[in-house]
Amino acid sequence: MYGFESMTFNIHGGYLEAIVRGHRAGLLTAADYNNLCQCETLDDIKMHLSATEYGPYLQNEPSPLHTTTIVEKCTLKLVDEYKYMLCQATEPLSTFLEYITYGHMIDNVVLIVTGTLHERDVHELLEKCHPLGMFDSIATLAVAQNMRELYRLVLVDTPLAPYFSECITSEDLDDMNIEIMRNTLYKAYLEDFYKFCQKLGGATAEIMSDLLAFEADRRAVNITINSIGTELTRDDRRKLYSNFGLLYPYGHEELAVCEDIDQVRAVMEKYPPYQSIFSKLSYGESQMLDKAFYEEEVKRLCLAFEQQFHYGVFFAYMRLREQEIRNLMWISECVAQNQKSRVHDSVVFIF
Amino acid sequence: MERMEKFLDNLPPMDLMRSEKMTLVQLIIPVETAHRAVSYLGELGLLQFRDLNAEKSPFQRTFVNQVKRCGEMSRKLRFFKDQISKAGLLSSVHPVVEPDVELEDLEIQLAEHEHELIEMNSNSEKLQQRYNELLEFKMVLQKAGGFLVSSNNHAVAEETELSENVYSNDDYVETSSLLEQEMRHADQSGLRFISGIICKSKALRFERMLFRATRGNMLFNQEPAGEEIMDPLSAEMVEKTVFVVFFSGEQARTKILKICEAFGANSYPVPEDISKQRQITREVLSRLSELETTLDAGVRHRNKALTSIGYHLTQWMSMVRREKAVYDTLNMLNFDVTKKCLVGEGWCPIFAKAQIQEALQQATFDSNSQVGVIFHVMDAFESPPTYFRTNHFTNAYQEIVDAYGVARYQEANPAVYTVITFPFLFAVMFGDWGHGICLLLGALVLIARESRLSTQKLGSFMEMLFGGRYVLLLMSLFSIYCGLIYNEFFSVPFHIFGGSAYKCRDATCSDAHSAGLIKFRDPYPFGVDPSWRGSRSELPFLNSLKMKLSILLGVAQMNLGIILSYFNARFFHDSLDIRYQFVPQMIFLNSLFGYLSLLIIIKWCTGSQADLYHVMIYMFLSPTDDLGENELFWGQRPLQIVLLLLALIAVPWMLFPKPFILKKLHSERFQGRTYGMLGSSEFDLDVEPDSSWQHQEEFNFSEVFVHQMIHSIEFVLGAVSNTASYLRLWALSLAHSELSTVFYEKVLLLAWGYDNIVIRLVGLAVFAFATAFILLMMETLSAFLHALRLHWVEFQNKFYHGDGYKFKPFSFALITEDDN
Repeated sequence: MYGFESMTFNIHGGYLEAIVRGHRAGLLTAADYNNLCQCETLDDIKMHLSATEYGPYLQNEPSPLHTTTIVEKCTLKLVDEYKYMLCQATEPLSTFLEYITYGHMIDNVVLIVTGTLHERDVHELLEKCHPLGMFDSIATLAVAQNMRELYRLVLVDTPLAPYFSECITSEDLDDMNIEIMRNTLYKAYLEDFYKFCQKLGGATAEIMSDLLAFEADRRAVNITINSIGTELTRDDRRKLYSNFGLLYPYGHEELAVCEDIDQVRAVMEKYPPYQSIFSKLSYGESQMLDKAFYEEEVKRLCLAFEQQFHYGVFFAYMRLREQEIRNLMWISECVAQNQKSRVHDSVVFIF
Repeated sequence: MERMEKFLDNLPPMDLMRSEKMTLVQLIIPVETAHRAVSYLGELGLLQFRDLNAEKSPFQRTFVNQVKRCGEMSRKLRFFKDQISKAGLLSSVHPVVEPDVELEDLEIQLAEHEHELIEMNSNSEKLQQRYNELLEFKMVLQKAGGFLVSSNNHAVAEETELSENVYSNDDYVETSSLLEQEMRHADQSGLRFISGIICKSKALRFERMLFRATRGNMLFNQEPAGEEIMDPLSAEMVEKTVFVVFFSGEQARTKILKICEAFGANSYPVPEDISKQRQITREVLSRLSELETTLDAGVRHRNKALTSIGYHLTQWMSMVRREKAVYDTLNMLNFDVTKKCLVGEGWCPIFAKAQIQEALQQATFDSNSQVGVIFHVMDAFESPPTYFRTNHFTNAYQEIVDAYGVARYQEANPAVYTVITFPFLFAVMFGDWGHGICLLLGALVLIARESRLSTQKLGSFMEMLFGGRYVLLLMSLFSIYCGLIYNEFFSVPFHIFGGSAYKCRDATCSDAHSAGLIKFRDPYPFGVDPSWRGSRSELPFLNSLKMKLSILLGVAQMNLGIILSYFNARFFHDSLDIRYQFVPQMIFLNSLFGYLSLLIIIKWCTGSQADLYHVMIYMFLSPTDDLGENELFWGQRPLQIVLLLLALIAVPWMLFPKPFILKKLHSERFQGRTYGMLGSSEFDLDVEPDSSWQHQEEFNFSEVFVHQMIHSIEFVLGAVSNTASYLRLWALSLAHSELSTVFYEKVLLLAWGYDNIVIRLVGLAVFAFATAFILLMMETLSAFLHALRLHWVEFQNKFYHGDGYKFKPFSFALITEDDN
């Protein structure tokens, strides 16, 4: 029903769109961040947050706080909101909402597998998993010895199963394998999500394709930078790029052969939307790249709220909250470790 | 004129008419007295502090540590409350009243209690865990033992069958036992088993996972474990399933153990030997009973501790809330230069100054301070808050007015009139003394239970009803009055005040509806004649009566509104508003609709047949024409011409002079000060610290003129539309009486026509239901809303600004439990 969403969207999606827009109004503002950056102790942060929507989640925490508690509670709020929305959602919105969590699922699988490889305790690992990416049999991941077992034992029941078709090998798991698996899975996930959004059509397809293309391009750049100097061959690297996005296909060809960060930069500067990101960085620098990408992403996510009658707002809201939680974690860490001068290094203001 | 002014000045003051006179005060409190002084003021509850540190964030303020400590304490108290409710104990309804403990002592006490509780919880948790383990072990022993035995027997039986076939007549017993031993041996070497217990909800997935992990080379036996076991995390009872897995190989064993761990399945070793099993079971049982007694003792101990906390909990909570409020207030104060005093500013009503001073003195005395608290009045540049001292009765009416907008400081308060006019206008629309009595009973029940209900926590709907109980009371009383005038009792007419003045033309009364009735004696003394019900003259008469009544009431109420604007102008010494707003408005409204009201009254008194529509319409279309048969009194035509001219003059009168005069006044005021404007702001503060003076610094003529234009146009158009709006009184009253007639005649009487008890009962039920829900609830609501509109729009827009802000004193009594 391209172009006619405004007639029918509110029948099923109206309530939840209102809810999500209400949640968005609760995101911390620049004024909040300024106040938070002035905090001296974690208790100050708690006190400030108690005046925001996080208040009820933090009020029952006993006083010597830890950064992890703050982050955990803030994530809990996001999870509660997500669960509520998922409960209320009807098709196809519920599938859309589920798609949002697959990224976390992939991260969790990788976390557990890497952890067991290094002989960590499973329960300890489970606590570190993102609650949005949990599934029933996640703890059993520790049993698997290689990819094939991983797939056959556990993942075949999860929504990630179709993404696995590319990476079933009988090789034993090692760090490199796992990293490749993560990226292959992510590639398949993004492509699937992209296809799903295209199928939905209308404003959702329009906005989500923009957001997902950005995500795919960012991953492509990150893969390139991270694989420089490793034994990953050019063809293998090329295979990890998602088959859509602004860089697809010619940018990918060029990225695949890059040997250092400046070559990546030269490739990216050919694309006007990314020119501004790289123009902020000095030559040879890649530390600030993450922040620059995050800032650009936040800008794009905020723009998603400018249009009505599409599902992009849900994706954008979840991503913005996650960014906010990352910000809070950074601020709390800086405050806890008395590194207040570095607070602004990684905080991305949302409004 | 002079005498009139004098008379008005000497009128007794009306309490509710003007809000309390307020003053801005400054307090300079020595640090050692500060806490006590502020808490005494909180008990008094008559001073609204201004936040002098608004630009500081909460954790940069002076008393942030104390606020944090209070937050921490209330967290502990919440923890206790939670624990008490989890333990199923009730915190005592009548708390012990103790002398106030010091905050520091309380803090220590709370920390001790919390520590004790946490320790007890962790102890009992450990015990509980061990208890659970034993319980599970017991179940596994019982059920899994059963599996083992049955599977062994089964195997043995099969084997024996086989052996019977093979070794037909050889020494049977020996062989079989030998074989059995071999089997056992095989069991020990190849076939092993793991037994354990798992949540019922996970069992299916567990089995599937085992199947996949071992590639189907296993045997899974399960049986529900009869009892439920408490889950230590969520404290809920969970159903569990006992399972036994048979498998072979060492590798499978590690895999299965890992899977068990991943699924949170506890595995317990079960010996195959039955006698050993029995022995272990006995041991487990005895240890279980031991643990049970320990656990019980622990729970008793904990409950005792919790009960003793519960006695004080309410008191502690209110104390912590008060302390937090005191520190929050202290955070609004500033330190003076010497850092020895706190400086605060706030609004208080003038009558309360003495009380506040007394409280401050008491505080100084109680804290043995050398220096007293300095309390003095300051000049204010902003408008003070609005404070009405209301009581139980007037509060609801004040709320009705405040819902539209809080009165500007010292502005005439419409609530004074609303107390009567609101219920009365409601009753005009809801006139039925039967329904009125129902409402009255409801209101009386609410009022009789006032003391009990006011302490309870009510639902939102009940709270609304309870809050408006006195509105409901007056509404019902007036409905009874109006119902008597309309002569309606559930739409049944009654001969209360003597016999009817009318009778039918003949005995059958068949033509009452078509031809009407004949009058044969003096009119019915009070209200509408009951015989008219259902006759030809009923509707025309009632419509004419109600329509004219609505116009009379409307014109009267609008006039009252304009007169209040006069009192406002007089109070604020604004002669401009009187001359160029009040006077033309009065003239305009009364020359048109005041005249209409006069005509209505004359028509009623003389019984004339004149057509008032015609008179009013031709008063505009052709004022000079002869009125003919519509003339009601001598000299009506010249009067109409005069009134029309007056109305025409009134429009430019209220539009033009005021802005021009304001402009002139402004230019006069700044004459010869052409270059005084630069530093004027500071200069003016010193010379004329008058708040109204500040706003006129910049004079924008076009803005003022446009504003005046809008105001005038609104009034002129409003005079017509508002008068028409009052016709809703007639419309709703008609709707109400017609609805109740329908329910009475078409439901109740129809059902009564049948000689069948069931139909009668159903009819009665439908009638009662419709009366209760449609007439009593829906109609009350709609009449209420229309009365509300008439007050907010038609009445209050004549004089009420409603742009003030409410007085919110710092008061312990107003601190509610909103923080949980």
